[in-house]
Amino acid sequence: MIPALEVIAPGLHTTVQDRGRIGYQDIGVPPSGPLDRISFNLANALVGNPPATPALEMLLQGPTLKVIAESVRIALAGCSAGIEIRSGNARTIPAGRSVRLVRDEVFRIGALRDSVCAYLAIEGGPDVPLVLGSASTYVRGAIGGLQGRRLQAGDSVPLKLAGADGRDEHALPRQFDLALDQSIRVVLGPQVDHFTDGAVKTFLSSEYTVSTQADRMGYRLAGPALVHAKGYDIVSDGIVTGAIQVPGSGLPIVLMVDHQTIGGYPKIATVISADIPVIGRRKPGRSIRFVAVGMHEAEQLRKDQEAAISEFISRIV
Amino acid sequence: MNVRFLPAGDTAVIVEFGERIDRLLSDRVLRLSTLVRAANLPGVVETVPTFRTLMVYYDPLATDGASLSAALENLLDNGRGAAQPATLWRIPACYAASHAPDLAVVAQHTGLSTAEVVRLHSASTRYHVYMVGFVPGFPYMGDLPAPLVLPRRADPRVRVPAGSVAIATNMTAIYPQESPGGWHLIGTTPVRLFDLRRPRPALLSPGDAVRFEPVTVREFDAIRAAVAADAYQVPCETIAP
Repeated sequence: MIPALEVIAPGLHTTVQDRGRIGYQDIGVPPSGPLDRISFNLANALVGNPPATPALEMLLQGPTLKVIAESVRIALAGCSAGIEIRSGNARTIPAGRSVRLVRDEVFRIGALRDSVCAYLAIEGGPDVPLVLGSASTYVRGAIGGLQGRRLQAGDSVPLKLAGADGRDEHALPRQFDLALDQSIRVVLGPQVDHFTDGAVKTFLSSEYTVSTQADRMGYRLAGPALVHAKGYDIVSDGIVTGAIQVPGSGLPIVLMVDHQTIGGYPKIATVISADIPVIGRRKPGRSIRFVAVGMHEAEQLRKDQEAAISEFISRIV
Repeated sequence: MNVRFLPAGDTAVIVEFGERIDRLLSDRVLRLSTLVRAANLPGVVETVPTFRTLMVYYDPLATDGASLSAALENLLDNGRGAAQPATLWRIPACYAASHAPDLAVVAQHTGLSTAEVVRLHSASTRYHVYMVGFVPGFPYMGDLPAPLVLPRRADPRVRVPAGSVAIATNMTAIYPQESPGGWHLIGTTPVRLFDLRRPRPALLSPGDAVRFEPVTVREFDAIRAAVAADAYQVPCETIAP
Protein backbone atom coordinates (compact mmCIF):
# COMPACT_ATOMS: atom_id res chain seq x y z
CA MET A 1 0.00 0.00 0.00
CA ILE A 2 1.24 3.49 -0.83
CA PRO A 3 1.99 5.46 2.34
CA ALA A 4 -0.41 8.37 2.57
CA LEU A 5 -2.41 10.76 4.66
CA GLU A 6 -6.11 10.19 4.10
CA VAL A 7 -8.22 13.33 4.12
CA ILE A 8 -11.17 12.91 6.52
CA ALA A 9 -12.01 16.63 6.38
CA PRO A 10 -10.08 18.97 4.08
CA GLY A 11 -10.22 22.22 6.08
CA LEU A 12 -11.06 25.47 4.36
CA HIS A 13 -8.27 25.60 1.78
CA THR A 14 -5.46 23.10 2.17
CA THR A 15 -2.87 22.79 -0.59
CA VAL A 16 0.58 21.34 -1.20
CA GLN A 17 3.19 24.10 -1.42
CA ASP A 18 6.95 24.14 -1.81
CA ARG A 19 9.14 27.21 -2.30
CA GLY A 20 7.26 28.12 -5.44
CA ARG A 21 7.39 27.91 -9.20
CA ILE A 22 10.21 30.08 -10.48
CA GLY A 23 10.80 31.09 -14.08
CA TYR A 24 7.38 30.93 -15.72
CA GLN A 25 5.92 34.37 -15.08
CA ASP A 26 6.74 35.29 -18.68
CA ILE A 27 4.06 32.82 -19.79
CA GLY A 28 1.58 33.90 -17.14
CA VAL A 29 2.27 31.35 -14.40
CA PRO A 30 2.58 32.99 -10.95
CA PRO A 31 5.23 31.97 -8.40
CA SER A 32 2.80 30.45 -5.86
CA GLY A 33 4.57 28.90 -2.85
CA PRO A 34 3.76 29.57 0.82
CA LEU A 35 2.10 32.80 1.98
CA ASP A 36 4.35 32.58 5.06
CA ARG A 37 7.72 31.25 3.95
CA ILE A 38 9.16 31.52 7.47
CA SER A 39 6.61 29.21 9.13
CA PHE A 40 6.92 26.86 6.14
CA ASN A 41 10.69 26.67 6.77
CA LEU A 42 10.25 26.18 10.52
CA ALA A 43 7.79 23.31 10.04
CA ASN A 44 10.18 21.55 7.65
CA ALA A 45 13.13 22.08 9.99
CA LEU A 46 11.19 20.51 12.89
CA VAL A 47 10.72 17.23 11.02
CA GLY A 48 14.31 17.28 9.72
CA ASN A 49 13.43 18.01 6.08
CA PRO A 50 15.62 19.97 3.67
CA PRO A 51 14.24 23.54 3.46
CA ALA A 52 12.44 23.26 0.10
CA THR A 53 10.47 20.08 0.89
CA PRO A 54 6.77 20.41 0.02
CA ALA A 55 4.39 20.81 2.98
CA LEU A 56 0.65 21.32 3.45
CA GLU A 57 -0.50 24.92 3.68
CA MET A 58 -3.83 25.44 5.41
CA LEU A 59 -5.85 28.64 5.53
CA LEU A 60 -7.94 29.65 8.59
CA GLN A 61 -9.23 26.13 9.31
CA GLY A 62 -7.02 23.06 9.17
CA PRO A 63 -7.80 19.53 7.98
CA THR A 64 -8.49 16.22 9.73
CA LEU A 65 -6.14 13.50 8.48
CA LYS A 66 -5.60 9.81 9.05
CA VAL A 67 -2.24 8.05 8.93
CA ILE A 68 -2.10 5.38 6.21
CA ALA A 69 1.55 4.47 6.72
CA GLU A 70 3.60 2.53 9.22
CA SER A 71 4.35 5.86 10.92
CA VAL A 72 4.76 9.54 10.08
CA ARG A 73 6.51 12.46 11.73
CA ILE A 74 4.69 15.77 11.44
CA ALA A 75 5.01 19.29 12.78
CA LEU A 76 2.80 22.36 12.65
CA ALA A 77 4.08 25.94 12.47
CA GLY A 78 2.63 29.39 11.87
CA CYS A 79 -0.27 29.56 14.31
CA SER A 80 -1.12 28.97 17.96
CA ALA A 81 -3.47 26.06 17.22
CA GLY A 82 -2.16 22.58 17.93
CA ILE A 83 -2.32 19.10 16.46
CA GLU A 84 -5.24 17.35 18.18
CA ILE A 85 -4.65 13.62 18.12
CA ARG A 86 -8.02 11.99 18.41
CA SER A 87 -7.43 8.28 18.35
CA GLY A 88 -5.87 6.02 20.97
CA ASN A 89 -3.87 8.17 23.30
CA ALA A 90 -5.76 11.46 22.70
CA ARG A 91 -3.57 14.50 23.21
CA THR A 92 -2.73 17.87 21.70
CA ILE A 93 0.73 18.68 20.40
CA PRO A 94 1.27 22.44 20.24
CA ALA A 95 2.60 24.16 17.12
CA GLY A 96 6.39 24.30 17.02
CA ARG A 97 6.99 20.67 18.05
CA SER A 98 7.29 17.45 16.05
CA VAL A 99 5.38 14.26 16.81
CA ARG A 100 5.47 10.72 15.44
CA LEU A 101 2.14 9.05 14.75
CA VAL A 102 1.46 5.46 13.76
CA ARG A 103 -0.90 3.76 11.34
CA ASP A 104 -4.60 4.62 11.65
CA GLU A 105 -4.08 7.51 14.04
CA VAL A 106 -6.35 10.46 13.24
CA PHE A 107 -5.38 14.05 13.90
CA ARG A 108 -7.09 17.35 13.44
CA ILE A 109 -5.92 20.93 13.15
CA GLY A 110 -8.85 23.16 13.94
CA ALA A 111 -9.24 26.91 13.60
CA LEU A 112 -5.81 28.50 13.27
CA ARG A 113 -7.00 31.33 15.54
CA ASP A 114 -4.37 34.05 15.20
CA SER A 115 -2.98 33.60 11.67
CA VAL A 116 -4.47 33.11 8.21
CA CYS A 117 -2.04 30.37 7.26
CA ALA A 118 -0.12 27.54 8.89
CA TYR A 119 2.06 24.71 7.64
CA LEU A 120 2.05 21.02 8.35
CA ALA A 121 5.38 19.46 7.42
CA ILE A 122 5.75 15.71 7.08
CA GLU A 123 9.11 13.95 7.36
CA GLY A 124 10.09 13.20 3.73
CA GLY A 125 7.19 15.30 2.46
CA PRO A 126 4.21 14.50 0.25
CA ASP A 127 5.01 12.57 -2.92
CA VAL A 128 3.50 14.68 -5.69
CA PRO A 129 4.90 15.20 -9.18
CA LEU A 130 6.75 18.42 -9.95
CA VAL A 131 4.91 20.54 -12.50
CA LEU A 132 7.11 23.18 -14.16
CA GLY A 133 9.73 22.39 -11.56
CA SER A 134 7.54 22.81 -8.48
CA ALA A 135 5.14 20.89 -6.26
CA SER A 136 3.23 24.08 -5.41
CA THR A 137 -0.49 24.16 -6.11
CA TYR A 138 -1.81 27.02 -8.26
CA VAL A 139 -5.54 26.39 -7.99
CA ARG A 140 -6.74 28.96 -10.56
CA GLY A 141 -4.52 27.41 -13.22
CA ALA A 142 -5.13 23.83 -11.97
CA ILE A 143 -1.35 23.38 -11.82
CA GLY A 144 0.74 21.37 -9.36
CA GLY A 145 0.12 19.87 -5.93
CA LEU A 146 -2.55 17.19 -5.73
CA GLN A 147 -4.22 17.35 -9.17
CA GLY A 148 -3.92 21.12 -9.26
CA ARG A 149 -6.51 21.71 -6.56
CA ARG A 150 -7.07 22.03 -2.84
CA LEU A 151 -7.60 18.89 -0.79
CA GLN A 152 -11.05 17.27 -0.69
CA ALA A 153 -12.52 14.75 1.71
CA GLY A 154 -11.58 11.26 0.56
CA ASP A 155 -8.26 12.30 -1.01
CA SER A 156 -5.09 10.42 -0.24
CA VAL A 157 -1.98 12.55 -0.04
CA PRO A 158 0.82 10.13 -0.99
CA LEU A 159 3.96 10.31 1.14
CA LYS A 160 7.62 9.79 0.23
CA LEU A 161 8.39 7.73 3.34
CA ALA A 162 6.62 4.59 4.56
CA GLY A 163 7.85 5.17 8.09
CA ALA A 164 9.36 7.91 10.23
CA ASP A 165 12.85 7.84 11.66
CA GLY A 166 13.05 6.56 15.23
CA ARG A 167 14.84 9.65 16.56
CA ASP A 168 13.73 11.96 19.36
CA GLU A 169 11.26 14.75 18.68
CA HIS A 170 12.28 18.35 18.06
CA ALA A 171 10.88 21.64 19.30
CA LEU A 172 11.47 25.29 18.52
CA PRO A 173 13.69 27.02 21.11
CA ARG A 174 10.73 29.26 21.95
CA GLN A 175 7.43 30.31 20.40
CA PHE A 176 8.19 32.09 17.13
CA ASP A 177 6.92 35.69 17.12
CA LEU A 178 4.31 35.93 14.35
CA ALA A 179 4.50 39.77 14.46
CA LEU A 180 0.72 40.03 14.31
CA ASP A 181 0.72 43.76 15.06
CA GLN A 182 3.90 44.84 13.31
CA SER A 183 3.70 47.67 10.76
CA ILE A 184 4.19 46.50 7.20
CA ARG A 185 7.23 48.00 5.53
CA VAL A 186 6.98 49.05 1.89
CA VAL A 187 9.14 50.60 -0.79
CA LEU A 188 7.14 53.33 -2.58
CA GLY A 189 6.62 52.76 -6.31
CA PRO A 190 6.64 51.65 -9.09
CA GLN A 191 3.76 54.05 -9.87
CA VAL A 192 3.75 56.29 -6.78
CA ASP A 193 3.78 59.26 -9.20
CA HIS A 194 0.26 58.26 -10.30
CA PHE A 195 -1.06 59.36 -6.90
CA THR A 196 -1.58 62.75 -5.31
CA ASP A 197 0.76 63.76 -2.45
CA GLY A 198 -2.27 63.62 -0.19
CA ALA A 199 -2.95 60.02 -1.24
CA VAL A 200 0.60 58.95 -0.39
CA LYS A 201 0.32 60.69 2.99
CA THR A 202 -3.03 58.99 3.63
CA PHE A 203 -1.61 55.62 2.65
CA LEU A 204 1.30 55.93 5.09
CA SER A 205 -0.63 57.42 8.01
CA SER A 206 -3.95 55.53 8.04
CA GLU A 207 -5.09 52.30 9.53
CA TYR A 208 -6.32 49.74 7.01
CA THR A 209 -7.93 46.42 7.75
CA VAL A 210 -7.74 43.18 5.82
CA SER A 211 -11.16 42.64 4.22
CA THR A 212 -12.85 39.27 3.85
CA GLN A 213 -11.88 39.36 0.16
CA ALA A 214 -8.51 37.85 0.81
CA ASP A 215 -7.04 34.78 -0.80
CA ARG A 216 -3.70 33.55 -2.11
CA MET A 217 -4.04 35.90 -5.08
CA GLY A 218 -4.39 39.08 -3.06
CA TYR A 219 -5.66 40.78 0.08
CA ARG A 220 -8.16 43.57 -0.47
CA LEU A 221 -7.93 46.19 2.25
CA ALA A 222 -10.62 48.40 3.75
CA GLY A 223 -9.85 51.96 4.86
CA PRO A 224 -9.45 55.44 3.40
CA ALA A 225 -9.61 55.54 -0.41
CA LEU A 226 -6.54 56.77 -2.27
CA VAL A 227 -6.87 59.40 -4.98
CA HIS A 228 -5.17 58.84 -8.31
CA ALA A 229 -3.50 61.86 -9.86
CA LYS A 230 -3.60 60.54 -13.44
CA GLY A 231 -6.54 58.14 -13.59
CA TYR A 232 -6.56 54.51 -12.59
CA ASP A 233 -5.72 52.85 -15.89
CA ILE A 234 -2.12 52.29 -16.88
CA VAL A 235 -0.74 50.32 -19.80
CA SER A 236 -0.42 46.88 -18.19
CA ASP A 237 2.93 45.91 -16.76
CA GLY A 238 4.36 43.18 -14.57
CA ILE A 239 3.56 42.46 -10.94
CA VAL A 240 5.75 41.34 -8.07
CA THR A 241 4.50 39.58 -4.95
CA GLY A 242 3.70 42.35 -2.47
CA ALA A 243 2.74 44.95 -5.08
CA ILE A 244 -0.03 47.19 -3.73
CA GLN A 245 -2.29 48.07 -6.62
CA VAL A 246 -5.05 50.62 -6.37
CA PRO A 247 -8.02 50.18 -8.72
CA GLY A 248 -10.76 52.74 -9.39
CA SER A 249 -12.34 52.27 -5.94
CA GLY A 250 -9.18 53.76 -4.39
CA LEU A 251 -8.92 50.81 -2.00
CA PRO A 252 -5.57 49.03 -2.07
CA ILE A 253 -5.09 45.36 -2.92
CA VAL A 254 -1.89 43.65 -1.77
CA LEU A 255 -1.00 41.08 -4.41
CA MET A 256 0.15 37.79 -2.93
CA VAL A 257 1.85 34.63 -4.17
CA ASP A 258 -0.80 33.51 -6.70
CA HIS A 259 -1.02 37.02 -8.23
CA GLN A 260 -1.76 37.49 -11.90
CA THR A 261 1.53 38.20 -13.68
CA ILE A 262 0.35 41.31 -15.52
CA GLY A 263 -1.96 44.07 -14.39
CA GLY A 264 -3.27 47.43 -15.47
CA TYR A 265 -3.74 49.37 -12.22
CA PRO A 266 -1.18 51.76 -10.72
CA LYS A 267 0.82 50.35 -7.81
CA ILE A 268 1.52 52.82 -5.05
CA ALA A 269 4.08 50.70 -3.20
CA THR A 270 5.52 47.22 -2.75
CA VAL A 271 5.66 45.25 0.50
CA ILE A 272 9.30 44.33 1.22
CA SER A 273 10.16 40.65 0.96
CA ALA A 274 10.93 40.36 4.69
CA ASP A 275 7.34 41.39 5.46
CA ILE A 276 5.51 39.20 2.92
CA PRO A 277 5.17 36.44 5.56
CA VAL A 278 4.03 39.05 8.11
CA ILE A 279 1.21 40.38 5.92
CA GLY A 280 0.54 36.85 4.67
CA ARG A 281 -0.48 35.83 8.20
CA ARG A 282 -2.76 38.77 8.83
CA LYS A 283 -6.40 37.76 9.18
CA PRO A 284 -9.45 39.52 7.77
CA GLY A 285 -10.54 42.16 10.27
CA ARG A 286 -7.05 42.84 11.60
CA SER A 287 -5.43 46.21 11.13
CA ILE A 288 -2.48 47.13 8.95
CA ARG A 289 -0.30 50.22 8.95
CA PHE A 290 2.29 50.87 6.29
CA VAL A 291 5.67 52.48 6.74
CA ALA A 292 8.05 53.40 3.89
CA VAL A 293 11.67 52.25 3.72
CA GLY A 294 14.27 52.50 0.96
CA MET A 295 15.22 49.67 -1.38
CA HIS A 296 18.66 49.23 0.17
CA GLU A 297 17.19 49.12 3.67
CA ALA A 298 14.64 46.56 2.49
CA GLU A 299 17.43 44.34 1.18
CA GLN A 300 19.35 44.64 4.45
CA LEU A 301 16.21 43.81 6.47
CA ARG A 302 15.76 40.66 4.41
CA LYS A 303 19.37 39.59 4.95
CA ASP A 304 19.06 40.22 8.70
CA GLN A 305 15.83 38.24 8.77
CA GLU A 306 17.39 35.26 6.99
CA ALA A 307 20.31 35.29 9.43
CA ALA A 308 17.92 35.45 12.39
CA ILE A 309 15.81 32.56 11.05
CA SER A 310 18.89 30.41 10.40
CA GLU A 311 20.07 31.10 13.91
CA PHE A 312 16.61 30.28 15.30
CA ILE A 313 16.51 27.00 13.35
CA SER A 314 20.02 26.10 14.54
CA ARG A 315 18.72 26.23 18.14
CA ILE A 316 15.90 23.72 17.51
CA VAL A 317 16.23 21.14 20.26
CA MET B 1 15.53 57.68 -25.59
CA ASN B 2 14.82 57.94 -21.92
CA VAL B 3 14.67 54.70 -19.99
CA ARG B 4 13.50 54.76 -16.39
CA PHE B 5 14.32 52.29 -13.63
CA LEU B 6 11.32 51.92 -11.34
CA PRO B 7 11.52 50.40 -7.85
CA ALA B 8 9.42 47.31 -7.17
CA GLY B 9 10.38 46.49 -3.60
CA ASP B 10 13.50 44.42 -3.02
CA THR B 11 12.78 41.59 -5.47
CA ALA B 12 12.49 43.28 -8.88
CA VAL B 13 13.76 46.16 -10.95
CA ILE B 14 11.47 47.48 -13.66
CA VAL B 15 13.07 48.89 -16.80
CA GLU B 16 10.50 51.20 -18.33
CA PHE B 17 10.90 52.23 -21.97
CA GLY B 18 7.73 54.30 -22.23
CA GLU B 19 4.11 54.53 -21.26
CA ARG B 20 2.44 53.56 -24.54
CA ILE B 21 1.72 50.35 -26.41
CA ASP B 22 4.14 50.64 -29.29
CA ARG B 23 5.89 48.11 -31.50
CA LEU B 24 9.22 49.92 -31.22
CA LEU B 25 9.04 49.96 -27.42
CA SER B 26 8.17 46.26 -27.46
CA ASP B 27 11.20 45.50 -29.65
CA ARG B 28 13.46 47.27 -27.16
CA VAL B 29 11.89 45.39 -24.24
CA LEU B 30 12.39 42.07 -26.00
CA ARG B 31 15.95 42.87 -27.02
CA LEU B 32 16.89 43.71 -23.41
CA SER B 33 15.16 40.55 -22.22
CA THR B 34 17.31 38.46 -24.57
CA LEU B 35 20.45 40.29 -23.41
CA VAL B 36 19.64 39.78 -19.72
CA ARG B 37 18.96 36.08 -20.21
CA ALA B 38 22.23 35.64 -22.10
CA ALA B 39 24.24 37.69 -19.60
CA ASN B 40 23.48 35.36 -16.67
CA LEU B 41 23.67 38.22 -14.19
CA PRO B 42 24.17 36.99 -10.63
CA GLY B 43 20.99 36.85 -8.57
CA VAL B 44 18.60 37.34 -11.52
CA VAL B 45 15.71 34.92 -11.10
CA GLU B 46 13.61 35.59 -14.20
CA THR B 47 12.63 38.32 -16.63
CA VAL B 48 9.14 39.17 -17.83
CA PRO B 49 8.65 41.31 -20.93
CA THR B 50 5.47 43.41 -20.97
CA PHE B 51 4.19 46.02 -23.46
CA ARG B 52 6.56 48.72 -22.32
CA THR B 53 8.63 47.40 -19.44
CA LEU B 54 11.00 44.59 -18.68
CA MET B 55 10.52 43.12 -15.22
CA VAL B 56 13.80 41.76 -13.88
CA TYR B 57 13.18 39.65 -10.77
CA TYR B 58 16.09 39.09 -8.40
CA ASP B 59 16.98 37.29 -5.21
CA PRO B 60 17.83 39.98 -2.63
CA LEU B 61 20.07 37.48 -0.84
CA ALA B 62 22.22 37.05 -3.97
CA THR B 63 22.40 40.59 -5.40
CA ASP B 64 20.98 44.05 -4.76
CA GLY B 65 18.84 46.42 -6.76
CA ALA B 66 21.57 49.05 -7.17
CA SER B 67 24.17 46.66 -8.64
CA LEU B 68 21.55 45.03 -10.80
CA SER B 69 20.36 48.39 -12.15
CA ALA B 70 23.96 49.30 -12.97
CA ALA B 71 24.46 45.99 -14.80
CA LEU B 72 21.21 46.54 -16.73
CA GLU B 73 22.26 50.06 -17.65
CA ASN B 74 25.52 48.65 -18.96
CA LEU B 75 23.64 46.12 -21.08
CA LEU B 76 21.43 48.88 -22.45
CA ASP B 77 24.45 50.97 -23.41
CA ASN B 78 26.83 48.29 -24.63
CA GLY B 79 24.78 45.17 -25.23
CA ARG B 80 25.08 43.89 -28.76
CA GLY B 81 21.76 42.17 -29.01
CA ALA B 82 20.88 41.33 -32.56
CA ALA B 83 17.10 41.00 -32.63
CA GLN B 84 16.19 37.33 -32.35
CA PRO B 85 14.53 35.44 -35.18
CA ALA B 86 10.93 34.73 -34.23
CA THR B 87 8.34 32.12 -35.06
CA LEU B 88 5.35 32.91 -37.25
CA TRP B 89 2.38 30.74 -36.28
CA ARG B 90 -0.57 30.14 -38.61
CA ILE B 91 -3.38 29.54 -36.18
CA PRO B 92 -6.60 28.07 -37.55
CA ALA B 93 -9.72 29.93 -36.43
CA CYS B 94 -13.36 29.21 -37.13
CA TYR B 95 -15.41 32.38 -37.59
CA ALA B 96 -18.76 30.63 -38.22
CA ALA B 97 -21.64 32.16 -36.26
CA SER B 98 -21.80 29.06 -34.05
CA HIS B 99 -18.15 29.64 -33.04
CA ALA B 100 -18.20 33.44 -32.89
CA PRO B 101 -20.82 34.71 -30.43
CA ASP B 102 -19.92 38.41 -30.80
CA LEU B 103 -19.09 38.57 -34.51
CA ALA B 104 -22.45 40.03 -35.53
CA VAL B 105 -22.29 42.66 -32.78
CA VAL B 106 -18.75 43.61 -33.74
CA ALA B 107 -19.85 43.96 -37.37
CA GLN B 108 -22.73 46.16 -36.26
CA HIS B 109 -20.55 48.39 -34.04
CA THR B 110 -17.82 48.77 -36.66
CA GLY B 111 -20.20 49.28 -39.57
CA LEU B 112 -18.57 46.41 -41.46
CA SER B 113 -19.99 43.17 -42.81
CA THR B 114 -19.09 40.04 -40.83
CA ALA B 115 -17.09 38.85 -43.85
CA GLU B 116 -15.11 42.07 -43.80
CA VAL B 117 -14.41 41.73 -40.04
CA VAL B 118 -13.13 38.21 -40.62
CA ARG B 119 -10.99 39.28 -43.58
CA LEU B 120 -9.45 42.16 -41.62
CA HIS B 121 -8.82 40.01 -38.54
CA SER B 122 -7.38 37.01 -40.35
CA ALA B 123 -5.48 36.79 -43.61
CA SER B 124 -4.66 40.44 -44.07
CA THR B 125 -3.00 40.99 -40.68
CA ARG B 126 0.13 39.66 -39.06
CA TYR B 127 0.16 40.17 -35.30
CA HIS B 128 3.04 40.68 -32.93
CA VAL B 129 2.91 38.86 -29.56
CA TYR B 130 3.65 41.69 -27.11
CA MET B 131 3.43 39.63 -23.95
CA VAL B 132 1.94 36.50 -22.42
CA GLY B 133 0.22 36.68 -19.08
CA PHE B 134 -2.91 37.53 -17.09
CA VAL B 135 -3.62 33.79 -17.03
CA PRO B 136 -1.16 31.06 -18.11
CA GLY B 137 -0.54 31.24 -21.86
CA PHE B 138 -2.79 34.25 -22.62
CA PRO B 139 -1.15 36.17 -25.52
CA TYR B 140 -1.61 39.91 -26.01
CA MET B 141 -1.30 40.40 -29.76
CA GLY B 142 -1.48 43.49 -31.92
CA ASP B 143 -2.06 45.70 -33.55
CA LEU B 144 -5.59 45.21 -34.72
CA PRO B 145 -6.54 46.97 -37.99
CA ALA B 146 -8.00 50.37 -37.06
CA PRO B 147 -11.58 49.61 -38.22
CA LEU B 148 -11.80 46.75 -35.69
CA VAL B 149 -10.81 48.79 -32.63
CA LEU B 150 -13.61 48.70 -30.04
CA PRO B 151 -13.71 49.14 -26.24
CA ARG B 152 -14.20 46.03 -24.11
CA ARG B 153 -17.70 44.71 -23.54
CA ALA B 154 -19.69 46.69 -20.99
CA ASP B 155 -20.61 43.45 -19.18
CA PRO B 156 -17.74 40.98 -18.96
CA ARG B 157 -18.65 37.31 -19.32
CA VAL B 158 -18.28 35.06 -16.29
CA ARG B 159 -17.22 32.21 -18.57
CA VAL B 160 -15.34 32.53 -21.81
CA PRO B 161 -14.69 29.11 -23.37
CA ALA B 162 -11.11 27.93 -23.94
CA GLY B 163 -9.94 28.64 -27.50
CA SER B 164 -12.04 31.78 -27.91
CA VAL B 165 -10.42 34.25 -30.31
CA ALA B 166 -11.15 37.70 -28.98
CA ILE B 167 -10.60 41.39 -29.68
CA ALA B 168 -10.66 44.52 -27.52
CA THR B 169 -9.10 47.95 -27.99
CA ASN B 170 -6.27 47.46 -30.49
CA MET B 171 -5.43 43.94 -29.30
CA THR B 172 -6.45 40.42 -30.15
CA ALA B 173 -6.02 37.37 -27.92
CA ILE B 174 -6.92 33.73 -27.44
CA TYR B 175 -8.29 32.45 -24.14
CA PRO B 176 -6.12 29.42 -23.24
CA GLN B 177 -8.53 28.13 -20.60
CA GLU B 178 -12.09 28.83 -19.59
CA SER B 179 -12.02 32.05 -17.60
CA PRO B 180 -13.96 35.26 -17.06
CA GLY B 181 -13.39 37.87 -19.74
CA GLY B 182 -14.56 41.14 -21.21
CA TRP B 183 -13.28 40.87 -24.78
CA HIS B 184 -15.45 40.38 -27.88
CA LEU B 185 -15.44 36.77 -29.06
CA ILE B 186 -15.20 36.67 -32.86
CA GLY B 187 -13.97 33.13 -33.44
CA THR B 188 -12.65 29.91 -31.90
CA THR B 189 -9.42 28.01 -32.47
CA PRO B 190 -9.14 24.24 -31.96
CA VAL B 191 -5.45 24.67 -31.01
CA ARG B 192 -4.21 24.29 -27.42
CA LEU B 193 -2.54 27.51 -26.30
CA PHE B 194 -1.27 26.08 -23.03
CA ASP B 195 -0.40 22.45 -22.45
CA LEU B 196 1.59 21.30 -19.44
CA ARG B 197 2.81 18.22 -21.31
CA ARG B 198 4.90 20.39 -23.61
CA PRO B 199 8.42 21.32 -22.45
CA ARG B 200 7.42 24.93 -23.06
CA PRO B 201 3.73 24.86 -22.11
CA ALA B 202 2.74 28.15 -23.75
CA LEU B 203 2.43 27.87 -27.54
CA LEU B 204 3.24 31.54 -28.07
CA SER B 205 6.19 33.52 -26.72
CA PRO B 206 6.63 37.28 -26.56
CA GLY B 207 8.14 38.36 -29.88
CA ASP B 208 6.42 35.66 -31.94
CA ALA B 209 4.18 36.52 -34.90
CA VAL B 210 0.69 35.15 -35.56
CA ARG B 211 -1.66 34.97 -38.51
CA PHE B 212 -5.18 33.59 -38.20
CA GLU B 213 -6.22 31.19 -40.96
CA PRO B 214 -10.02 30.89 -41.34
CA VAL B 215 -11.34 27.32 -41.28
CA THR B 216 -14.83 25.88 -41.77
CA VAL B 217 -16.74 24.13 -38.99
CA ARG B 218 -15.89 20.80 -40.61
CA GLU B 219 -12.16 21.65 -40.71
CA PHE B 220 -12.37 22.93 -37.14
CA ASP B 221 -13.82 19.59 -36.00
CA ALA B 222 -11.15 17.65 -37.86
CA ILE B 223 -8.31 19.71 -36.34
CA ARG B 224 -9.86 19.46 -32.89
CA ALA B 225 -9.97 15.69 -33.20
CA ALA B 226 -6.34 15.65 -34.33
CA VAL B 227 -5.34 17.91 -31.41
CA ALA B 228 -7.11 15.56 -28.99
CA ALA B 229 -5.17 12.64 -30.49
CA ASP B 230 -1.86 14.55 -30.24
CA ALA B 231 -1.64 14.35 -34.02
CA TYR B 232 -1.68 18.03 -34.92
CA GLN B 233 1.15 20.55 -35.30
CA VAL B 234 0.33 24.21 -35.63
CA PRO B 235 1.89 25.31 -38.95
CA CYS B 236 4.82 27.62 -38.25
CA GLU B 237 7.98 28.99 -39.77
CA THR B 238 10.99 30.94 -38.57
CA ILE B 239 11.01 34.54 -39.72
CA ALA B 240 13.73 37.17 -39.81
CA PRO B 241 13.44 39.79 -37.08
